[in-house]
Amino acid sequence: MNDATPFALMTNGAALPWGDVPEWPVGEFLRATGAELDRGGRLSSLFGVPEGDALRLVAVVAFDAWNTLAVGRSEPFRGSYPALAATHAEAHLFEREVWEQHGVDPRGHPWLKPVRKDHGAGPAVGDFFRVDGREVHEVAVGPVHAGIIEPGHFRFQCAGEEVMHLEIALGYQHRGIEEAMVGGPHRATFHQMETVAGDTTIGHATAYASALEALSGTEAPLRTQWLRSIALELERLANHTGDLGALAGDVAFLPTASACGKIRGDFLNLTAVICGNRFGRGVAHPGGCALDVGTERAGRLLAGLDAALAEVERAAAWLWDSASARARFERTGHLHAKQAAEIGVVGPAARACGLVRDVRFDHPAGWYRIAQVPVSVWPDGDVFARARVRWLEIQRSGEFLREQLGAAPEGEMRVALPASAPDSLAVAMVEGWRGEVCHVALTDGGGRLRRYKITDPSFHNWTGLALALRGQAISDFPLCNKSFNLSYCGFDL
Amino acid sequence: MFIHDTILNRLRRGCETMAYPQGAPPPLPERHGGALRVETARCADGCAECVASCPNGAIERPSGGSVALDLGRCIFCAACIGACPEGAITRTGDHRMAVRGRGDLVLGGPGREELRLAAALDDKLRGLFGRSLRLRQVSAGGCNACEADTNVLGTIGWDLGRFGIQFVASPRHADGLLITGPVSRNMELALKKTYDAVPDPKIVVAVGACAIGGGPFVGLPEVNNGAGALVPVDLFIPGCPPHPLTILDGLLRLLGRLDEVGKGPGGARGGL
Repeated sequence: MNDATPFALMTNGAALPWGDVPEWPVGEFLRATGAELDRGGRLSSLFGVPEGDALRLVAVVAFDAWNTLAVGRSEPFRGSYPALAATHAEAHLFEREVWEQHGVDPRGHPWLKPVRKDHGAGPAVGDFFRVDGREVHEVAVGPVHAGIIEPGHFRFQCAGEEVMHLEIALGYQHRGIEEAMVGGPHRATFHQMETVAGDTTIGHATAYASALEALSGTEAPLRTQWLRSIALELERLANHTGDLGALAGDVAFLPTASACGKIRGDFLNLTAVICGNRFGRGVAHPGGCALDVGTERAGRLLAGLDAALAEVERAAAWLWDSASARARFERTGHLHAKQAAEIGVVGPAARACGLVRDVRFDHPAGWYRIAQVPVSVWPDGDVFARARVRWLEIQRSGEFLREQLGAAPEGEMRVALPASAPDSLAVAMVEGWRGEVCHVALTDGGGRLRRYKITDPSFHNWTGLALALRGQAISDFPLCNKSFNLSYCGFDL
Repeated sequence: MFIHDTILNRLRRGCETMAYPQGAPPPLPERHGGALRVETARCADGCAECVASCPNGAIERPSGGSVALDLGRCIFCAACIGACPEGAITRTGDHRMAVRGRGDLVLGGPGREELRLAAALDDKLRGLFGRSLRLRQVSAGGCNACEADTNVLGTIGWDLGRFGIQFVASPRHADGLLITGPVSRNMELALKKTYDAVPDPKIVVAVGACAIGGGPFVGLPEVNNGAGALVPVDLFIPGCPPHPLTILDGLLRLLGRLDEVGKGPGGARGGL
């Protein structure tokens, strides 16, 4: 990597003094950020930090190939700035978010509109892009849509059965989590972090714990880091298995759908062996937790894991052996690798386009510095590829757990965290089952949280789903949607 | 050969639906602990250790009064159990937690050590819904954990359909709502419209700490503190999230379906 980067370099799970983050006038800062992206960087986060009645922008750029993060910031400014999204599409949603949260105007933004709130009122429904023509019709779905699923609004512009354009309007699940962090951590903060997206409890809680540990200059005990990785891979196994089953269900292939629904529960029950809760509540507490997993419990986990993995292997084999199910997956919901890279897609959705990006591999932190998981990619970018990547990851996570369950390091589970350093910035990323979970924490002069930015992988990926729908039959929307399986609450915060 | 294999595989798996409620319920995870029990008789004078330990403000002790633990707000983190010097708060291991009245979730005081479990619907509603209940699920700021563990009731292990209970796509086809989440401000309108679209008579079930009392988000300006602020609630099922068994128990209890079950032979089969 070229050392000439003007940004401050750091690694995942580290902190640095706020004053050490280089700053520029806002226009120059955005040009510098664009230059970082042009030479291989990826925009992990871009957000505002209020400074009196002015605002600073902060960018976290990930250089995956160099296992390095680069951070820069603007000088405080008011009013407007030249939009980065005009040249770099992956900034488009971030800049809309900054506009909505802080009221600064990104000049030349190609598609400026609300993210979670419609002009400060209800959710972000309105001002949809519309296609006109005699054969064109519009389909509106949601917020309350079929099945047991979170609310979101989908607006399709169709010519007959074919979707020309899909716009996804969210915000219904907005709980104000980031705003509630200011002045914290508060008593409920850890539990709010566990429920940013409840199906990613371990992912978000681990990111939060790592950020706080970095701010206090304390490393969590190795045994706790080990346990977090065990729980994170179990979370991945449960969700990927559920997704494979749901994908099979969406093409009416019931053997795999039925079996995977049950096996998903078996994996959740393994997480409950650790902590009593099927979603891993209490496991990834800052500084560690009291829930030790001794030899006997690890043995029980291993036995349960072997049984569940054998079952999911059978259930997946039925799916791959079925030519009719495979045919429904192939060439459906295609996302080009180039587009995916441009809009900054992460996680299995990116790896299913052949993009090699995985926080566990690119920016290893915690136990992943010691035990690695290979990156699973598939080149085609369609529903089949996204299903296939999940299957590869089920196998890799299973192998990881088989190896690691017997390899627990000795030692304490918990360490008391000293107060967070004042005026410091920490970045913590975790490869959740949907992809990159990125938390950025900034403290004030007293060491309290001044700004806390959460980026769920869904924030990067909803645009990917919208693009994958272009040219598809509208009847394939459920299948395509499930193949991304993105979080509404994780996006809405 | 493929169809032959598929059928063979299916036969090999056999029936994987649990025996409950005819048989014993599947055991809760050993570290789950189930519902809580509060014995305020053991509280030391003026002690409020549990109040300070609760991240959610679920425990109160007015000066001169006794401890009151609101299981509706509880997220079962067990901090209070560790904090209590007298061992007055304990786990019962009982999966049954559903109640009919919001006040029934408040533990503490003589005779209120444990939950008063939900009674069934009155005869008229039971006659209507007892053998066929269609619910529309509305997530209103839920984190997808309550949703996931409600969804799991539809899988082969639980097979909710065998009780005549089904989740439907349209509120117009529903007999009631099952609500999760604290009800974000941005879901208020959609929830009200969905409720209005359900034909009378209708019931509402609030699942999870958020839907009952705001959960970890209680007091935030962007949320209501539970579904009760907008619609009348007929059944409260506490937990964060409630175990699927707790949700199933609540639904069956409401319909009076557990009364008809004798203690049959056999235990739970397979996983959940």
